[in-house]
Amino acid sequence: MFSLSKILEAIGSSVLLFLRSFTYLPSITRQFPRFMDQCYIMGYTTLPLVAILSFFIGSVLALQIGYSFQGVSFNQYIGSIVGLAMVREMGPVMTSIMVAGRIGSAITAELASMKVYNEVDALKTMNIPPERILVLPRLLAIILVMPVLAITAITVGWLGGALVAQNVSFIDLDHEIYFRVLKKFVTIDAIMDGLCKAEIFGIAVVTVCCNIGLRTHGGPREIGNAVTKGVVTSIILILFLNYFITKALL
Amino acid sequence: MTNNRNIGQAISVNVVDLSKSFGSEKVLKNINFNVTPGEIFVIMGPSGAGKSIMLKHIIGLLRPDTGKVLLNEMDVIERKTVEQNVIAMVFQEGALFNSLNVFDNLALYLREHRRYNKNNIRTKVTHALEMLSLGNAIDKFPPELSGGMRKRVAIARALVMEPQLLLYDEPTSELDPTMGATISEIIATVRNETQVTSIVVSHDRDLALTISDRVALMMAGEIIEINTPENLTKSKDPRVQSFLNPKINIDQPRFRQKEENK
Ligand SMILES: Nc1ncnc2c1ncn2[C@@H]1O[C@H](COP(=O)(O)OP(=O)(O)OP(=O)(O)O)[C@@H](O)[C@H]1O
Ligand SMILES: [Mg+2]
Repeated sequence: MFSLSKILEAIGSSVLLFLRSFTYLPSITRQFPRFMDQCYIMGYTTLPLVAILSFFIGSVLALQIGYSFQGVSFNQYIGSIVGLAMVREMGPVMTSIMVAGRIGSAITAELASMKVYNEVDALKTMNIPPERILVLPRLLAIILVMPVLAITAITVGWLGGALVAQNVSFIDLDHEIYFRVLKKFVTIDAIMDGLCKAEIFGIAVVTVCCNIGLRTHGGPREIGNAVTKGVVTSIILILFLNYFITKALL
Repeated sequence: MTNNRNIGQAISVNVVDLSKSFGSEKVLKNINFNVTPGEIFVIMGPSGAGKSIMLKHIIGLLRPDTGKVLLNEMDVIERKTVEQNVIAMVFQEGALFNSLNVFDNLALYLREHRRYNKNNIRTKVTHALEMLSLGNAIDKFPPELSGGMRKRVAIARALVMEPQLLLYDEPTSELDPTMGATISEIIATVRNETQVTSIVVSHDRDLALTISDRVALMMAGEIIEINTPENLTKSKDPRVQSFLNPKINIDQPRFRQKEENK
């Protein structure tokens, strides 16, 4: 299942799909309604999930740090740790994993069933390349939506940390100090790095999920398998890319 | 890209030495035939003979193992063949876009290729739907349609493309006799009005024998006879005769005969 040639083939075909899709950029005006649709599905419906997830990640981070360093008078740095962790790692990675589960699975399921029930063939006979009408709008939508999701995740995570730091009795850190320290450590560069990562992960998830969907053959069981494969591949890819991008950006 | 299409000119189809296997199963065995521009060419044959696979080769969705299909002397597997010629196919299962309503299913091609402005698209689409008595299905989604309605939407979707080559995969199966006759009339009228080349896969004897210019009979991946409808009915080949005039014999059912031969 994990033979090298298959992995290389999957990577190659995904990259090609990505490049082919962008050759249809000139027809974007015709795809505008589809693009708006995708932005709505990806952005509006995923935003609350991302907010809830990162709120709890931020607050539990603050809780753990506060608890571990009880009595060492380390409290005032909680803001910087939660701040940087959210910006550089938790925000982008958790948002992308959420996107893989929420958006990637939906993309694979939709495209796989279109493939299996001959809809993709019908498009081809109409001389409408599936890359143009199915893949490109989704890629453009994720490019627009991903930074918004990541920024939401980061700020809500910060707020979660602040709320816990102020209200839990053994931490008892005023939010003004929390945010003052946070501001001192979180640089524009760090934020840009985080957003850059989120953007790359988002594009990777959508490309991989589109590719797996469009290469599905068979029936309902294969559609199910394709969805699982899309989500698992996306998450592994996110973690893998995360390590190497982090290393390159540091 | 769409500017140098030869609008309105029907195209010729040449199938040359076409073979295709799935694994060890030979589905098409060295098929040869030519369809002249503007002809109605009907392919008949028992279920599983390879008719749908044949059509998918003609439209370039499947690659042959050997041989080729030429549309206007251009190989169909080259991209520019599909870009320069308008080819439409009515799929056996319809293959409608399930996330688009009936109107958008029909309008998609016209919009994507900028064929007409908004008002003209609406006129064309409603005209095509009315022709197939689908006027009140315009806002429905494919899963909300009956099998026969889906088939008719698929036909309407192919017609609005104003193609030069039209492939129908069993257009009259699932339809009542009157609607079947209507479809046959539509196929013939569309050919007369627009000179489109039509290839029709069908089990419908009435359709094959009344509107076609020539009929091919396909069995187990081979074409066993190509002839005009009149000559086909007079054919001496026992396979042709038993296919065209199957006798329902309750005293000696076919499936029993098969069991006895074992
Ligand atoms: N994807 C595939 N993989 C393997 N075999 C296939 C595939 N598609 C079709 N076949 C086989 O090819 C043969 C011909 O199929 P085809 O769909 O062309 O039949 P048909 O003549 O259209 O029959 P019907 O009149 O029932 O539609 C069948 O035996 C079928 O099992
Ligand atoms: Mg068939």
